[in-house]
Amino acid sequence: MEQLFFFYFAAVIAVASVLVVALRNPIYSALSLLIMFFHVAGLYVSLRAEFLAAVQVIVYAGAILVLYLFVVMLLNLKQDDRYHRQWPVAGVVGLTLAVEAVMLTLLKGRAIPPAPANTNETVEGLGNTEALGDALYSTYLFPFEVASLILLVAMIGAIILAKKDIGGSEA
Amino acid sequence: MTELSLRLAVSLAQIAAVMGVVMLTVMILTLAERKVLGWMQDRMGPMEVGPYGILQPIADGLKLFFKEDIVPAGANKFMFSLAPILAMVPALIGFAVIPFGPSNKFELFGITVEPFVISDINIGILYILAFASIGAYGIILGGWASNSKYSLLGGLRSAAQVISYELNVGLAIVGVLILAGSLSLVKITEAQSGGFWHWYVFALPAPQIFAFVVYVISAVAETNRVPFDLPEAESELVAGFFTEYSGMRFAFFFIAEYANMVLVSCVAAAMFLGGWNAPYPGTILEHVGLGQFAWAENIAWFTVKAYLFLFLFFWLRATLPRLRYDQLMKFGWKVMLPIALGNIVVTSIAVYLFPR
Amino acid sequence: MTSYGADLLVILPELIVVGAACLLLVLEPLTPPSRKELLAWLSLGALALCIGLTGGQISVLNLRVSAFSDLVVVDGYARFWKLLLYGVTGLTILMSLPYLKAERLQLGEYYGFILLALSGMMVMVSGADLLTIYLGTELMSLSLYVMAGLKRSSPRSLEASAKYFVLGAFSSGLLLYGISLLYGVAGGTKLGAVAAAIGSRGFDDPLLLIATILLAAGFGFKLAVVPFHMWTPDVYQGAPTSVTAFMAVASKAASFAAFLRVFVEGLGGLKADWSNLFLLLCLVTLILGNLVAIVQTNIKRMLAYSSIAHAGYALIGLVAAGRGMGESGGASGLASVMLYLALYAFMTLGAFAVIGMFRKGGLEGEDIEDFAGLAKRQPLAAFLMLVFMVSLAGIPPTAGFIGKFYVFMAAVEAGLAWLAVVALIFAAISAYYYMRVVMVMYMREPDPSAGEVPQLVASPALTVVLACAVAGVILFGLFPNPLVSLALQSVLPLK
Repeated sequence: MEQLFFFYFAAVIAVASVLVVALRNPIYSALSLLIMFFHVAGLYVSLRAEFLAAVQVIVYAGAILVLYLFVVMLLNLKQDDRYHRQWPVAGVVGLTLAVEAVMLTLLKGRAIPPAPANTNETVEGLGNTEALGDALYSTYLFPFEVASLILLVAMIGAIILAKKDIGGSEA
Repeated sequence: MTELSLRLAVSLAQIAAVMGVVMLTVMILTLAERKVLGWMQDRMGPMEVGPYGILQPIADGLKLFFKEDIVPAGANKFMFSLAPILAMVPALIGFAVIPFGPSNKFELFGITVEPFVISDINIGILYILAFASIGAYGIILGGWASNSKYSLLGGLRSAAQVISYELNVGLAIVGVLILAGSLSLVKITEAQSGGFWHWYVFALPAPQIFAFVVYVISAVAETNRVPFDLPEAESELVAGFFTEYSGMRFAFFFIAEYANMVLVSCVAAAMFLGGWNAPYPGTILEHVGLGQFAWAENIAWFTVKAYLFLFLFFWLRATLPRLRYDQLMKFGWKVMLPIALGNIVVTSIAVYLFPR
Repeated sequence: MTSYGADLLVILPELIVVGAACLLLVLEPLTPPSRKELLAWLSLGALALCIGLTGGQISVLNLRVSAFSDLVVVDGYARFWKLLLYGVTGLTILMSLPYLKAERLQLGEYYGFILLALSGMMVMVSGADLLTIYLGTELMSLSLYVMAGLKRSSPRSLEASAKYFVLGAFSSGLLLYGISLLYGVAGGTKLGAVAAAIGSRGFDDPLLLIATILLAAGFGFKLAVVPFHMWTPDVYQGAPTSVTAFMAVASKAASFAAFLRVFVEGLGGLKADWSNLFLLLCLVTLILGNLVAIVQTNIKRMLAYSSIAHAGYALIGLVAAGRGMGESGGASGLASVMLYLALYAFMTLGAFAVIGMFRKGGLEGEDIEDFAGLAKRQPLAAFLMLVFMVSLAGIPPTAGFIGKFYVFMAAVEAGLAWLAVVALIFAAISAYYYMRVVMVMYMREPDPSAGEVPQLVASPALTVVLACAVAGVILFGLFPNPLVSLALQSVLPLK
């Protein structure tokens, strides 16, 4: 059952991701991205990471992608043909990589190792959200704070680059 | 396998019941809104259909159902049809985690049934927020697909508004989450039992009054209601994103708006006002020895609270003029957001200093 | 409730830098435009504090302290790089003072971003965990993306920012993909866990190979190694010159630091594989960087290609370390990389300082032709540029020679004499384009029709920067021993 869900989600994610770049209408691309986000969230649910799933939908589908749509609609891009001339190159590179991946996995004859055990320990008992919070604010406190700094930089950077008057007028 | 199908049957029955109630509420609301507005403006409201006009919603529904379904020239047909669905589904799906009554459980052919909540998932409120955020797609795509400038502007405005105020809704709720220590609406409601002084609006150590106010205002904005109904500001944009819609597709948007109102009212009741808990400890029916019917009293309280909010929506509509767009954004980001953030900080400190 | 007092003490320098950056951002709107320099002095003060803190630990250089559940580690290696980064950042800030004034970019945030980028680099240098290193990289890169676009009046600067951002984000994706595959293999993101997993799993796991390639590609972008160099010329040319200097030196040094740590501490078990990979990268980098630099007419573009080539030279050290026989062979290879980048910092900073303040009217004199006749007009400036160019070409008795010498030595020790010879040939080729600048300065008269002649606009801050750079280039060229022994002491243990 779980495998079934996994393959469903994985297949849709793969197809939707290809459609994001392959579709000509940018709005449809954005909607494929939306479908992909939802299936990624589904994947999280099947891994019992409900919190992550909800956050995935809220942040990516609910906020970021809406802003994409916003920009796409304001720019009124109908079709971007220039971008699709890279199809042959992309095909060749993708095919090569796919062949390589198959060769690597088959010829080496090594099965992909089982997932490490320490990923499951928190699933039972303690709720998923609590476990996540616990890990973020104790073990991974430092990277967490670095991530918050990254957001600060991104925010201030965006403001500075978009600010109307800069330097010139006051000097 | 029989257990699975039984579970499925029970869930489907619950979903059907909840949807029925929600739809009924929406029908009542369409009439109630016009009646309330009428009374506030010293008129009678609809009086023609049925005694005292009470059959008006049915007449409206029939009219919309039989109206010609128009797809404007140059519109993107697929998106045009998809948008109303995308608007309505998120509005309805959120009710899955709302606890309408006490978490009584009973056994039915060997499986446990919780009659008053469809699904008690442990990220309940996040689930609602997640789907609420999807509602913006219906609006923005509907606006774009209509191939009309009014629709597009309305859709874009509304998307910006919904995103901005969703943020405030989310942040206003955080204070409650800190107090409750859970994301499940069932647990949050249960934690508020024992009288109105335990409701999170008033509860010590950190009364969430500010958060409550922020939530209510943001909820009004998020549902695109007056005074924040800029996406459909009729004096500038005809009817905003659903200018071009007619018939059932229009009805879908309409239902979505009202279902959203019901949803945010239910969430407000559950998060801040104790949900199905009575404002006094226990229930009266329990005190007079009718404990097995206490759920009825609880549900009545939940209904009262939810309807109080819905009344507030109408009241605001009758009272307040529309904001200007820049005022709306400024208000959201420069007033509401700092208050919500401040509330989180204060609540965290209070909980840290006075742990339960 | 756990107390983090001890952990916070370990990352005190980072805290100071971040604190100063936040303070700067808050003070920025409060300072009048004419007083923005105060903010620069504030950031210099914070840097001085950090230098004191880290420098004070030089006596216990190899004491390894870790904090935050071993995600951060401060060891000799980290201290070496941090000291280098403080120095580079300090000089960049000094260089920026007159440059920003000349460009009319009186932005307090500029200094805040430099400090935030520095804090990202410090995290990269100190990270003992793939995720932490990744986040550090992102912090640095994001700050640099913004800084590259600060000269908003120039479309080139905006183009640089956008290009840098898009390609940088792409490379971060590759890096993250590699990290996630490694996490799948090792069940943890700590470098120690990765090393242990490789030790127990053997080397021919296809997942590991793919992860290694992705990591190499991700870091390759940050290091500007061919074939991941496409962004470099445009970004270096478009960004404000002081930012270019910062990118060319500090960002490259920090990326190399994290890169070495990941591949040596984490993927040390795969060194036979990655040294071949890097050998290839190193060769194409040397070829392309040096050859394309020859045809450039814009000096910033020329230096961009030269910086690509220099990354190639530094990679030789890593290849040698991977091939190194026994304990000492690896160490000398790694130490040579550290030494190379430290010395490279001085000459590149010096060169960019001159370029930044070499002004034609209100504009920068960016073309190599603009330097014509500089020796007659400003002999001292010409001489300084001569020193930097000679050093970049690797001619004794300058620091550039010492750096190349140790790298080539490491290659010879590791049995890669042919690589050393090839690199030497390319070093000779590189002398051509560096010397062309010198030739233009000394032998050519300025074009009389070209109106205003460009001048080096002197200022006290610039004097300090140039003095430091020249002192570094010449002193370390003559007496490299202290720096060499410091690098050898603080080198990573290679498994």
